[in-house]
Amino acid sequence: MKPFAYVKPVDIGAAVAAGAAPGAKFLGGGTNLVDLMREGIEQPDTVVDVTGLPLSAVDDLPNGGLRIGALVRNSDLAADRRVRARYPVLSQALLSGASGQLRNMATVGGNLLQRTRCPYFYDEASACNKRDPGSGCDALDGFNRSCAILGVSDDCIAAHPSDMCVALTALDAVVEVTGTGGTRRIPLTELHRLPGQTPHIETDLAPGDLITAVELPTATGNSAYRKVRDRASYAFALVSVAAGLQIENGAVTDIRLALGGVAPKPWRARQAEQLLAGGPADEAAFRRAAQAELASAAVRPGNAFKVALATNTIVATLRELSNEGTRR
Amino acid sequence: MTITPRAMGVAVDRFDGAAKVRGEARYAYEQPVDRPLYLYPLTAAVATGRIADIDCGAASAEPGVVAVLTYRNATRTAAIEDGELRILQSDEVAFRGQFIGGVVAETSEIARHAVSLVRVDYEERPHDVELREGRGDLRVPREVQPIFPMDTAEGDVDAALASAPVRVDQTYTTAWNNHNPIEPHTTIATWTGDRFTFYLSTQGVNGIQAAVAALFELGPDRVRVISPYVGGAFGSKARPHADVVLAALAARLVPDRPVKFALTRQQMFSQVGYRPPTVQRVRLGADAGGRLVALAHESIEPTSKLQEFAEHSTRATPTMYAAPNRRTRQRLAALDVPTPTIMRAPGEASGMFALESAMDEMAIACGLDPIEFRIRNDAQRHPHFGLPFSSRNLVACLREGARRFGWDGRDPTPGIRRTAGWLVGTGVAAATYPVLRLPGSMATIRVGPDERYTVLIAAADIGTGTWTALSQVAADALGVRVEQIDLRIGDTAYPKASNEGGSSGITSWGSAICEAADRLRDELARHGGAVPADGLEVTAAMPENPHISRYAMHAFGAQFAEVRVHAEIGEVRVRRQLGVFAVGRVVNPKTARSQLLGGMTMGLSMALHEQSVFDPRFAQVVTQDLATYHIASNADVGAVEVHWIDEDDPYVNPMGTKGVGEIGIVGAAAAIANAVHHATGVRVRDLPITLDKLLPAA
Repeated sequence: MKPFAYVKPVDIGAAVAAGAAPGAKFLGGGTNLVDLMREGIEQPDTVVDVTGLPLSAVDDLPNGGLRIGALVRNSDLAADRRVRARYPVLSQALLSGASGQLRNMATVGGNLLQRTRCPYFYDEASACNKRDPGSGCDALDGFNRSCAILGVSDDCIAAHPSDMCVALTALDAVVEVTGTGGTRRIPLTELHRLPGQTPHIETDLAPGDLITAVELPTATGNSAYRKVRDRASYAFALVSVAAGLQIENGAVTDIRLALGGVAPKPWRARQAEQLLAGGPADEAAFRRAAQAELASAAVRPGNAFKVALATNTIVATLRELSNEGTRR
Repeated sequence: MTITPRAMGVAVDRFDGAAKVRGEARYAYEQPVDRPLYLYPLTAAVATGRIADIDCGAASAEPGVVAVLTYRNATRTAAIEDGELRILQSDEVAFRGQFIGGVVAETSEIARHAVSLVRVDYEERPHDVELREGRGDLRVPREVQPIFPMDTAEGDVDAALASAPVRVDQTYTTAWNNHNPIEPHTTIATWTGDRFTFYLSTQGVNGIQAAVAALFELGPDRVRVISPYVGGAFGSKARPHADVVLAALAARLVPDRPVKFALTRQQMFSQVGYRPPTVQRVRLGADAGGRLVALAHESIEPTSKLQEFAEHSTRATPTMYAAPNRRTRQRLAALDVPTPTIMRAPGEASGMFALESAMDEMAIACGLDPIEFRIRNDAQRHPHFGLPFSSRNLVACLREGARRFGWDGRDPTPGIRRTAGWLVGTGVAAATYPVLRLPGSMATIRVGPDERYTVLIAAADIGTGTWTALSQVAADALGVRVEQIDLRIGDTAYPKASNEGGSSGITSWGSAICEAADRLRDELARHGGAVPADGLEVTAAMPENPHISRYAMHAFGAQFAEVRVHAEIGEVRVRRQLGVFAVGRVVNPKTARSQLLGGMTMGLSMALHEQSVFDPRFAQVVTQDLATYHIASNADVGAVEVHWIDEDDPYVNPMGTKGVGEIGIVGAAAAIANAVHHATGVRVRDLPITLDKLLPAA
């Protein structure tokens, strides 16, 4: 690990100022950054520990939504009664991620900026445009079982690893960011960038931009998170589906669908949503919508199975939600 | 002569259990030493080639760095045969990740950072890492244990196969697996004047002592190795690996300062061996009555160019079934890869996946229940050696397992049971492991007038319960209460012991202790039955077992599994595993159950999860951490039932034990694969069984 300076500011202004310095990195729970520093993938000159900032509250918003402080730990958010009652998809997604120990440390803000688990990103000796721009991508013809199939480019096929972000994307979450120029609000769907030719630029955040909160609008309909992985616990998603579904008289009145494990960012499945909205809530419609969403998939031999896996998982998740809706 | 069980058979709690959960049991890296230094290794970034230049300037200049070790300043070691241990002797690189140097510093952080400052230029050569049938250089492995020949043949297999009315001819593959005990390989090495002292985590202190003594051309008395507790090993700590040598080379550079060295999890994937992948072809021929007429089992595997190791995958096959025409063949390709090594049930774990999958396929082809099919083909005498078995209870295990599992009435039709979207299936497989004794163990017993018996032997407890079980053996060997035994193990200061490995520990060490107990009784008799005031001490070596040439000695077992496979998504969940084993006398039912249960769980892991993905472009494992190298999590393990049948075998050794460390994993993967087939109708012949292999089309 490269030697680094450590500061722990006590107010947001000081944190933003410290974070804006060249080579500075914010430290939340450390569950991702510290690993990356050990491996030499991240080499900050200064680590700005933000865990002393007052950003650990979960508050009701007047419009019925929820405001989640950036430092709320994953375990606490998953256990929050309001989250469990109104946003079950979020609680389920959080609990499906990592392990109990990691969830006790990991923060909401940190999880939004979790970096890919592509093995070539982690291996300093191999080519990775995300880690070392212009060096190439060894995942293209390598072990790419975990890699993305939607929104990828010739320069990068790394998948975004977060479960929480997939649920938040389905819920239309908005991210509150404070930077050197003040505070602004970014819809989560616009926070992360697709790789294109610059896979090392992962978000629209500027140096010093500190995520302070995530806001959720009023909950609609019932929702669920289905995660498919290579073992029953403590594994990243091969495919995950965050879905919210409301049906009236057999027709879809509200649909939210987001995918994890298949794209470089939490993937809002707009095409599928458009096909489903207002239409019948039946198996054939679910399958058509899923197939349409996956139609643009760009696969490699090692991850081609994800097209069928994602399609089947979308169908199974929507069927389950529609059955629950009918039972009620 | 057999000993009377009084302490043996009692479920005694581990003597070291309380100390371990309180953190008081000191593992190698935790041993208190004065003014330690820390070593971090420099590893090769190319698969093959030579080091053109190393620039250590920046690393040496880093504050806190005490020494930078490379082939240029390393002690010249002797030209021993094991190339894996001959590190830092030239500019050659034999595999990617090989140790080519290291930094010794005042803190581990400084050492690790300084290593990143060392600049190495290589002249890279093309590497050869492709395992495939048809390579021109496939060779027969040297025989490690001549009792089990690498190739066997009887009758005319090809003719029998050609004329058999029912045939199975399939190829099965197993994955590269890494051991990953929770405690990585750790060492504290100190060079003082003319001798080494090591605290390290090993399956055999004497093996480490012998290797270091040979490399550094020292008398064994000048190499002390201490290893009281080991946090798991699974074979990765059986042979000495290069980590011990690197620590020793570093210690030579900094006399009188203890050098602490712990491998990172990532380094565990290239430094300490692995279970090599196998490609196995099994051909079976049966007659109309479901009797095997021909059995051929061929396996190819990689080894390294530095040191030969063969996963003897076909070893169990000539023990299992009575087929008049048989052939086994074992071939190796020497590649530019790290050296593989033994891993829990080396040979049997891989080979019995293939054989017992093929037996399931053949039972189905014959229209027979897989248990009935195995019973029809059970061997009465050892098919290869022609000897009677000292005891063979495979059929009893299958029947008892069937009764407990609820096998009767099973509909063999695949793919027809469904519950809430999950397909349900059950499977069975046989297990076996030979009763191995390793030569070279000795034991000393001392007794004082207080009737306390000190038993000294340099044996190892790798977390399996040796401290406790061997004390129980000693108590019965001496005819005293276990509370009177004071066992000392894990130190070369004690009489020499064979390695912990091949489920041979209790057989080998226990036999030596029984022999010493006999001698002590003789001594006591000479003193009129009373312990003299200054006590008595005897030392004895493990005696020969005269029955070995008269009987074939093997443990057997039956593995059952019930799985659910998600009909749309392909996820596999093992709801139940049940094993029934015939392992001779069980010394300690509690620790034995844990071993068998652990083996079965590791078998589940082998079936569904474990795979070190090797990238041939870079000649390295890319899944180098426990986030990407999956082992079964708690949530993957369903109900696991472990049973054994009473088996009284007077021939194996004085205790009547057959060993329990390996057999729990044997056949477990096949039982699960067979259950997956029963659930889905899909036969997965390539481990691990991942969901993409069972996923229906969209």
